[in-house]
Order: sequence, then C-alpha cells, then structure tokens
Amino acid sequence: MTTALRASAAPSTASGIGPQLKDAGLAALVAAVLLAPILGMETTPGPDGRLTLAFHFDLVAIGVVLVFLGRLALALFLRGRPPVRAREGGAVSAFVSRNAAWFGLAGLAFAIALPLLPFSSRYVIDVATTVVIYVMLGWGLNIVVGLAGLLDLGYVAFYAVGAYSYALFAQWFGFGFWMCLPIAGLLAATAGVLLGFPVLRLRGDYLAIVTLGFGEIIRLVLVNWYEVTGGPNGIADIPRPSFFGFPFTRNPAEGETAFHQLFGLEFSTLHRVIFLYYLALALALVTNLFVLRIRKLPIGRAWEALREDEIACKALGINPTNTKLTAFALGAMFGGFAGSFFATRQGFISPESFTFIESAIILAIVVLGGMGSQIGVVLAATVIVLLPELSRELETYRMLFFGAAMVLIMIWRPRGLLAHREPTLRLGTATGATSLSARGGGP
Amino acid sequence: MKTPILEIQHLTMRFGGLVAVDDLSFTAYREDVTAIIGPNGAGKTTVFNCLTGFYRPTAGQLTFHGHEGPVLLERLDGFRVPRHGLARTFQNIRLFGGMSVLENLVVAQHNHLMRASGFTLLGLVGAASYRRAEAEAVERARFWLERTGLLARADQLASSLPYGEQRKLEIARALCAGPKLLCLDEPAAGLNPRETAELGELLLELRDRHAIAVLLIEHDMSLVMRIADHIVVLDYGRKIADGPPERIKRDPAVIKAYLGETEEEELPPEVAADLAAAGGG
Repeated sequence: MTTALRASAAPSTASGIGPQLKDAGLAALVAAVLLAPILGMETTPGPDGRLTLAFHFDLVAIGVVLVFLGRLALALFLRGRPPVRAREGGAVSAFVSRNAAWFGLAGLAFAIALPLLPFSSRYVIDVATTVVIYVMLGWGLNIVVGLAGLLDLGYVAFYAVGAYSYALFAQWFGFGFWMCLPIAGLLAATAGVLLGFPVLRLRGDYLAIVTLGFGEIIRLVLVNWYEVTGGPNGIADIPRPSFFGFPFTRNPAEGETAFHQLFGLEFSTLHRVIFLYYLALALALVTNLFVLRIRKLPIGRAWEALREDEIACKALGINPTNTKLTAFALGAMFGGFAGSFFATRQGFISPESFTFIESAIILAIVVLGGMGSQIGVVLAATVIVLLPELSRELETYRMLFFGAAMVLIMIWRPRGLLAHREPTLRLGTATGATSLSARGGGP
Repeated sequence: MKTPILEIQHLTMRFGGLVAVDDLSFTAYREDVTAIIGPNGAGKTTVFNCLTGFYRPTAGQLTFHGHEGPVLLERLDGFRVPRHGLARTFQNIRLFGGMSVLENLVVAQHNHLMRASGFTLLGLVGAASYRRAEAEAVERARFWLERTGLLARADQLASSLPYGEQRKLEIARALCAGPKLLCLDEPAAGLNPRETAELGELLLELRDRHAIAVLLIEHDMSLVMRIADHIVVLDYGRKIADGPPERIKRDPAVIKAYLGETEEEELPPEVAADLAAAGGG
C-alpha cells in the first residue's frame, strides 16, 4: 500500500489534492469491502435458539471514514517528500561484516557465559537453546539458499530425517547420541542428494515448489509408515543424553554414577538443561566453523558462482551437477545434526514437529539475516525466536505483532539485516599494498 | 607451416525448421587471430555455442587440438570443454556480479584448485599444498589483472565496474582458465575507441607472447581488419568467404551480404573506409 501511496503522492508537488483524495477514496473502498463482513454483520442466537443476523452498518461507516481521513492525512503528509529509499547494505552492516570475527567472539563469549549470568533461569536457557538450534538450522540452510542460491522450502525434511534417525537407531539398536549423530548426518545428506537429483535442472520458483513437495512427502511418510515411525503418535522415550556416560538422573542405576555424584553437586534438573544448551552451542559452533572454512574453499566459491550465473560456471568448467548436489548434501547434513539434537532434547518426536511452518521459519531466518551472512543468521534467529516470546503479554495479538515486525524489518532492510558480503580473497591492491594477502576477510 | 587448433567440418545446427548453421567448415590455426563476421542472425553465436558444448550440433565434426591431444568437441558436455583448453566469453557479459573481481578470476581456476584442495578435504584441514595452490591461483589472477589493467579493481564487486572494464574482466576470467584457444563473442561491443584499441593490443599480445589462439566474433570492422589474420564470413548460416583480410575486403559476396546490392548509402563509415582502402590497395 505504501508503494501505491508514494506513486500517487510523488507527481503532485503543488497543485490540488485531487490524487490524494482519489487515493484515500480507494483506501476507503477497500476498507468498506473488508469491514462490511467483519464488523457489519454479527450472528447472535435469537430467543428461540436459532442464529439470527444482526447488522451494524454504523460501525462500518465509522471505520470507513476513519480509514479515509487517516489515508488522506498520510498522503498529504508524504506529499512532496522524496520516497524513502531502501538502504543497500548500509554502513553499519558493512562495519559488522568487516569485523565479523570480533562480533562473533563477543557473541560466543556471551553465549558461553549465559547460564552463569545472574538473570539466567531455566526459561532463559530453554529459549537460548531454541535460538541456538535455529541458528544452526539457519547456518545449514544458508549453504543451500544463501551460498548456492537454491531456494529450498522443504528444509525441515532433513531436520525430520535427523530426528527420526536418532530416535529409531537409539530405540532399535540402543546406540548412544554420539554414535547416532554421524549416522543421522549421513542419512540426512543422503536425503539431500535424493532431493537434489530430480531438481538439478530447476531454479527459482519451480525449485521452491518441488522442495516444498519433498518436505511434505517426508512428513507424510512419517505419518503413514506406522510400523516404523509410530505414525502420528510419534516416538516417545527417546534416550536423553548423558554427560559422556554419566546420566543426569537423581537415582542412577546400580553401578552407574550420575552427573551430580561425579562432581559432588546437589541434584538439579537444571544440569541437564544447561548441558543440552552447551551441546547445542557446540554443534552450532562446528557448523559455523565448517561453513566459514568451506566458503573460502573452491567448492564454496563455486556455490556462490553458481548462484550468480550458472551458464558462466559451465563455460569455466564447473560441473553444476556435483556442485549443486554437494550443497544440498552438506546443507541437509547440518539439518540432520540439528534434528538429532532436537530428538534428544525433547525426548519425544512426532510428525507434527516437522510441518511446513518450520521450513518457512528457517528460511525466514536466512532471508532476514541477509543471504549468506553468518552473523546475520544469528541476529535473525534471535529476533524470530525472541519476538514471539517477548510479546507473550500481547496474547491474541502476538502473531499480529510478529507479522508487523517482520514486514517493518523487510521494508527497512530489504536485503536482510546484514546484507554486506566480504570477499573470500583479497589482493589489497587498491590501497597500494603489494603484499599478498590471500587469506583474510570475514565471513 | 601453421598448426591447426580447431577444425570445423560440415557443422550443421538446426532448430526445428530453422537452419542456423548450414554445412560450415573451416580451420583455425594456433598462430592466428581468427575472426567470424557476418550480419546479425548469421549464426555466429550458434557456432560458439556448438563449440563450447551448449548446443549439440545436428551434424558435423569439431576437432579441437587441446591440452590432452585432439578431442571431438561435439561429444563433450559443456562443462567438460574448458579443461581441454577452450575458454569463451559471452555476448551479454556474464560475470559473477556479487563476487569480487579477484574471486571471479579464482573461480575460473576451479578444477585445478578443486584437485589441489583434495576435493575439499585437504582444504578443510588447511593443508600446505592447498594454500600453495591458492596462492598460485591468486598470482595467476594478479598477472591477468595486470595485463588487462584491472589490478586496482581487484577487491571491488564485479558488478560495480564500468561496462568496458566488465568486458575486460570477462576476458581476464577466461584467460585464467588457462586456454589454448580463446573464443570471444563481440568483445568490442559497447567499448569506446580507446578501449577498442587496447583490446586489439591485448589480443595481439595473447597471440604473439602467450601462444593463445583467438577466435572472435566481431562487428567492429576496423578492429577485425586490423588484428585478424584470418576471417570467416557467415551469412544465413552459410560460409560465404574465408581467407586473409585483404581478400575478404574485396570479395564480392561479402560486399553484397553486408551492403545489399543497391543501398550503398547505408554503408557504415568504417566499412566504407575499409572498402576504399581495399579498392585503393
């Protein structure tokens, strides 16, 4: 609506308020159409118990007049002002990207210290763990969407594959978490390649639709393959992680030593929560280091080149098939790791945890953070997880607030919170330096 | 005695009923700058796309004498052509716009670096052999940046360069792929006269100093006549002339294709000048 407003407000600089009136009239018309059924009609049970329709056209009229006046005032206010231009990158985001290492270290120090800080509680650590999982998922999806430029709407499928791999291997074979983790990563990567093959030739919207379908297929398989996955009932009693063999239980089994006994602490359920938090943090760190590293390797640059121009890639001898498949596989692998962690944290999984909305949230984190930016993902994951938490007091209007905040952020920063990209290699010739600085630059 | 680098025999490319290239045969030599000229829609870019594996020719044989001996280009997938030593640029520039100039040039050395990084595994652990290979790749990029006058731009975004420099960057990128034959699709399009002159110098330098053969499609006749050793003229997908520039200038079929038979007033000035020179000499 704002763009239409600017378009109509821009040409008329001095004479008359005709365009503004017309614009306000249109807005009032839209309001009338919307308000008539919402405010104008009410079903009330009549005296004989049957529903009757009550009309409140006075309310509709008030609403329409308010919209007309408000829109007119806004249009008059904006008249003659230059349209707000979207900032590209921006100095702040360039500064953050250039000093990514410092911001990253500061963030990491905060993350490590979090459970020890005075305000930290079970709730804070739980929310922080959720943020870290989403950061990890965002970093994983960043390989596929941010670097390779392949729009993937079914990322949650790999999350599900990872979670179910852990749950099933633990249930059937009694494998521990650390044993299941690589298996889950491997299976998720295999799923990534399976998805990759049929979509090699697709791009953009078409790719998005197929990946969306893939996500649904995995979910439907989980719902319907009752004998293995337990169907909609899910899998319960997934083994909780132990501290390198020392379980977090009050009364350990005969011959076992529990975590609190090992360190001579008073038993507290908080220990496990804190341990899970650090476990998630460690997994996320591994993901981050891997992605930072691989971005500067030939395969990482090939992903980005593929995002920029596939035909030019072919003309330079880059095999697009292998390059895309590795992006899908590695992205999926980290989704699988995160899924494993999710399963052990929850202790119970069901297909309901892996719906499309999860994919959408992870994708929103990547887009909101600024495609390809590692720190951006952290910021975006924090915003997306914390906003609904902080606005709990708004109750019914919580998601409305959340949506409005998303829209505002995308207007303010259309290319994401941190859209600046530092090159993976620098020659340093522009400043007159002659020394070869082949490595350097932030993420 | 010249050595052939590319032998095109009876190349035909049909799109449905349209014959874009019709029974084209010619040979490009290692010591030559070879130019393909012809009016718009004559099938020049189609020839390039057949050479570089983007199209599979309807008929014909394309023998390229590459790094690993003779190879039949028509049997290769597009992405396998460059490793034999054939690199190309595009009529509408295709850079990796969101990446820096230097990164563009390093991506061009992908296959070599990929092997050096042990298909990513050695690179992940930061092996010295990979670091050395990467430094060499940067050196090679620096060399071609220097040759094309883009050294000061190395760390800028490719999309932020002015048009003429983007053209140069695309050529530098193709050169970083280590070609024996460089195929350029209208490299002078959109360049100003000074930039065109520099381009001509660069192409001659490639031929003389770096032993890189050049095959170019170009509409700028003054450039073609100045630097080409061998010209192939296409019209409606057929070869109508083939030979050194002096002969092409006087060829009646070429003059007819370019000028039509009666409309002499529409003659482009540089063609007119060349024709006058040819007539005089």
